Formats: sequence, structure tokens, C-alpha cells
Amino acid sequence: MDSNKTGQSFSSASHIHLEMRAQCAYLRVARVAVAQVVNHLGMAEKVGDTIVLAVEEALTNVIRHSYDGPCEKPIIIEINTIRCDDDGEQEALEILIRDFGKQVDPETIKGRDLDEFKPGGLGVHIIKSVMDECQYTQASDTGMQLRLIKYLAPSKKDKNKPESSDCHAKE
Amino acid sequence: MLNPHDIIKNVRNEGSAVVLELAGEIDMQCSTELRGEIMAILQEKPSALVVNMSQVTFMDSSGLATLVEALQWSRRNGGTFRLSGLQENVRNVFEISRLESFFEIYDSEAEAMAQ
Repeated sequence: MDSNKTGQSFSSASHIHLEMRAQCAYLRVARVAVAQVVNHLGMAEKVGDTIVLAVEEALTNVIRHSYDGPCEKPIIIEINTIRCDDDGEQEALEILIRDFGKQVDPETIKGRDLDEFKPGGLGVHIIKSVMDECQYTQASDTGMQLRLIKYLAPSKKDKNKPESSDCHAKE
Repeated sequence: MLNPHDIIKNVRNEGSAVVLELAGEIDMQCSTELRGEIMAILQEKPSALVVNMSQVTFMDSSGLATLVEALQWSRRNGGTFRLSGLQENVRNVFEISRLESFFEIYDSEAEAMAQ
């Protein structure tokens, strides 16, 4: 078990599974759950706030685009801490968001041009800005899965690099 | 469950300006109702609308979109639209979206009203 600065224990194999209906009223429940996890991991408050925001944007996009609005269909959120590099030293927070709605080509999921001042279309940009990695995939049967990664500490390979985000789509 | 109207804490006239005080969390659930409230105020064409957000603890891009729309409407109709008292995590949404420079944002309602 690993200890964090709050004194709580959090296993590197920790696994949290949440299932919510695609209703706006449950967005806050998901936010609170994610906030609790990042707090337990001892992440900086500002970083934690942005992860909560990214998850919120992802869930909102599922309700709005995958399901064409609030409905009774499920959204599944899985939260893990993982080792994500070859030598097993880079620990990361992994968040998987699975829906059962429309399938789209992951390559078409892009943020809009920020030079335009207009409402809407900012969710994907926010997600990609906030997370270290994000990957949309088509699920084998129906719907999409979004995999979000946030490194818990700078990786060795990134320590000498300027801050960047790496988001890509995969079919 | 959260009542969307809970985010509207107070609406008051200050001379020819209107101050809208918000509180709580602005997300997809309440942004439509918020849009309706703001647009109803703007239809009355106040000289300025100041949105006091000092008690807003969370806002996502749906809330941001509502504020963008309100600013656009104000500009088209010759009014002034100002925001005040943004908490750090709320202000961060503007920064991430690179929209901060489009808005008049003040630390306090008093500063926003003094302009």
C-alpha cells in the first residue's frame, strides 16, 4: 500500500467503479466522487479541480452527444491508479468513461478553434488541456470509451520537457 | 436533487445597472435556467449587468457558454457585461478556454460597479 500526504492509504491497484444514469442531476455526484479520489491521492488542489472539470466535461459530452440528451441509459466511470511506463515507476490516475450511445470515429472528436468567440464546443478542448493523455475508442459492441490519464508526479522522461498534453484517438 | 433556481441568489437594481448574484455550482443542469434569467434581465436593457460570482464554487463549459452568449448579446445591444469575485477554480475555466481576455472581470462587485 502507498501512503499519501493526507495519511490515507491508497493502493496502486485501487479500483473504483461508478455507474450513473445519463441525467444532469447525477453530474454533481460524479464530481464529488472524483474530488474525493484526487484528494485522497494528495494531488494539489488546483490540479484536482481541473481533473474534476475534465470528468464533468466528458460526462456532459456523453449526455449531450452520445445520448442526444438526458436519458435513463448508463454511464460507467472507473477510476484506477496505475503504473503506466515500462519500468513501472510512473504512477498515474486513470479514469475510464464508458457510454452505450452512438459510435463516432474518434478522429473526428476535436476541440473547436479557440480564436472564435462563441458559446459552446469547449468541452473537448478543456479535457485535452487538463489531462496528460486522453484516448477515445469505439467499444466492441456499442458506444464509446474515453481513457483519461493524469500523472501523479512528473515522469523521468518528462522532467526535462516543457509541460505538454498528449491526446490521441484510437479505433 | 439540486434545484437549478438555487444558483440565483439575488437580483437587484443599482441605479441603471443590475447586479445578479449567483451561488453554488453551475453545470449542464442549471445553465439553461441561468441563461433564461440573464436574458430576461438583458431584455430590459440595463446600462450594465454585473454578475457577482463570488459564491459560485464550480462552473463547467456550459456555464461559460451562457456567459459568452450574454456578453455577445450585451455588446450587440450597447450594454456592458461584467463579472466579479471569481473563485480561482472558476477563473481557471476562463483561462483554460482562453476566453479570459474577452470579459471584463473584477475582483469585487464594488470594483465592477465603480467602472
